[in-house]
Amino acid sequence: MPENLSTILDLIPKHREALQPLREILLANAMMLGEIPAPTFGEQRRITFLGNRFTEEGLQRISIDEVAGNCMAMIPGREGKRNILVCAHSDTVFSQKVDHAMSVTQDTIQGPGIGDNSLGLAAIATLPNLLNRLELQFSDNIILLGCTRSLGHGNLGGIKFFLENNTFPLHAGICVEGIQLGRLSYSSVGMLRGEVNLNMPSEYDWTKFGATNAVTLLTKIVQGIQSIPIPTEPKTKIIFGSMNTGTSFATQPTTASLRFEIRSEADGMVTELRNRIADLVEEVATMSRTDISLTVVAHRKHGGLEYNHPMVKCMRKILATLDVKPHIEPSVGELSELIRQKIPSVTLGLTTGQHKNEYNESIDIQPTFNGLSQLVALLKSIDGGYCDDE
Amino acid sequence: MTSKVEKWLETNTYHHGEFWDILKLVELKKQQGIKISLCIPTLNEERTIGKEIVIFRSELMERYPLIDEFAVIDSGSKDKTLEVAASFGADTYRAKDILPSVGDKPGKGENLWKAIYQLKGDIIIYVDADIANIHPRFVTGIVGPLLLNPTTKYCKAFYDRPITYSTGVRASGGGRVTEILIRPLFSLFFPELAALIQPLSGEFAVRREVLEKIPFPIGYGVETAHILDVYQEWGLDAFAQCDLDQRIHRNQSTTALGKMSFGILQTFLNRLKRYDMVDKLPELATLYRQFQAEGNRYDLLEKAIVEYERPPMISVPEYCNKFKVQNTA
Repeated sequence: MPENLSTILDLIPKHREALQPLREILLANAMMLGEIPAPTFGEQRRITFLGNRFTEEGLQRISIDEVAGNCMAMIPGREGKRNILVCAHSDTVFSQKVDHAMSVTQDTIQGPGIGDNSLGLAAIATLPNLLNRLELQFSDNIILLGCTRSLGHGNLGGIKFFLENNTFPLHAGICVEGIQLGRLSYSSVGMLRGEVNLNMPSEYDWTKFGATNAVTLLTKIVQGIQSIPIPTEPKTKIIFGSMNTGTSFATQPTTASLRFEIRSEADGMVTELRNRIADLVEEVATMSRTDISLTVVAHRKHGGLEYNHPMVKCMRKILATLDVKPHIEPSVGELSELIRQKIPSVTLGLTTGQHKNEYNESIDIQPTFNGLSQLVALLKSIDGGYCDDE
Repeated sequence: MTSKVEKWLETNTYHHGEFWDILKLVELKKQQGIKISLCIPTLNEERTIGKEIVIFRSELMERYPLIDEFAVIDSGSKDKTLEVAASFGADTYRAKDILPSVGDKPGKGENLWKAIYQLKGDIIIYVDADIANIHPRFVTGIVGPLLLNPTTKYCKAFYDRPITYSTGVRASGGGRVTEILIRPLFSLFFPELAALIQPLSGEFAVRREVLEKIPFPIGYGVETAHILDVYQEWGLDAFAQCDLDQRIHRNQSTTALGKMSFGILQTFLNRLKRYDMVDKLPELATLYRQFQAEGNRYDLLEKAIVEYERPPMISVPEYCNKFKVQNTA
């Protein structure tokens, strides 16, 4: 091992300073990537840009897979016996039609998706340049991956495809998110993403006593879900993400949809809640003679590293060196697939930011250098063997 | 003449996609042994200047050394334009501090003119600061033709209007002032110049040997004056133009465009005087020139617009007979 962990930690402030001259390159990458719309399943142009960046940096094994459209490249290690994956999702929650123009002040960048996850993807694109600047060469290969089809209906399709077809055995993984700095995810929460779709029959008799419409029926379902007891242990919650129905003041709506997510630290609880919601949906459908369906869009199992796993310990020490308080939260992103494949991994955030997934999403520029030096330190720690389970 | 204009359109009209290989442009620059400077004239542009500097510096100086020098020249912004620009590493100047011996005049043309003194490049590229969708193509597209062709001295940008057409053919015009004022004036007095699709665009690249020899109106007329003066001295072949796709920027009010038109008209009439054309007007043209674009091909559309004039009715004998009046005309 070329340097011990405390040396790696001691070098963090020096690296943070040394990375400052790369600010324009990093921010330009973040903005140019961010201004290419990339809704889930529509990431091709953004991925092509990433691939061009990999080519410009002279990386090896650059490829865009033909099924999911992930973009991969390799920074070869001195020995290359092991492979460390560094990945970021490339898709955003914003549609093609949204104005993706970014704006910059002295301290911030604002624009849809800049934090989630244009900055994360830009860090992947800039990493080769960044490691050159720090004159770092690793013993392990670093596999860079821009993932597609991560969010919503994408259901982590990109990383799943990559892991199913990848020929480089992965020793460890790091998932990079633009925000928030201090994030430390090392476990995957049990999760189920569901969609309730409601269609009133066209021959519905609106004059009948007790006649109802899509709004009231959907409200009944929401109320029913809210009345299901949610345990505090294991930690569990149901998130109502969106409701869509109706067009005006007095037109009876005949269709409605509800999107929700169940999260729990126990898989059994997710399944139990799913069954209760399915029963509720069936009851309302039967009583109202309406076509109501429940579709499961995504499902993740609970799992992950322990709090005292060496990789988690390393991350906590790195954040402490940066004087950043760790914010521990389970992930439903790429990390959960890496964990499912038993690849020790964490998710980290690069900087602070506001209004995630809103049109005025923004990131703070200066803390990004903390975030990047954190990423470098973690890579060095993994490469040095300090994150290996004994 | 039409065939000359059509030939010029074919050979001197580019699309920025032809210059995607920035490394090749850098090699051409090195082979020619020249330096390139980029100037952004500003006045209260704190909202957009930061992004322009970050992207140009990153892509065109650090990643590919195409630009040797990059300066923001400001007319006296009241907002944080200069602080933002400096914080991202641009060289910033107030126009009044450059060549103080000649004094200070308000207007964008002043910044462009003083840039010739301040900057050292053999080619100077001017890019407006109010572009929301800034991208390296805003520089590579207009400097590319000059690097490719030594006889090209002045390259103008033009843009697509973000409107979709069901036929795939779209009118490819300039802004409102171009279409209502400049194109009709050019069609009448300098028909070849009507081949420039957006003569007023604020993005252009010019060789120093040209810039140092032409006068600069300091206000609205600077672009018009440049085109007329370069045309008079070097002809149509000195120009090139490049399609940079979309440009998203502030939309100006009709009142503001009226002021702009007034300034441009002053410049235009001054040029007619300077070229000794006022008493020797050419035979007025009756062909109006517009363009349509299909894909990346631009076709010249010529429409004969003849403004035939009827005499006063009182000079028509039948009228005099009917109304029992005498022809006094």
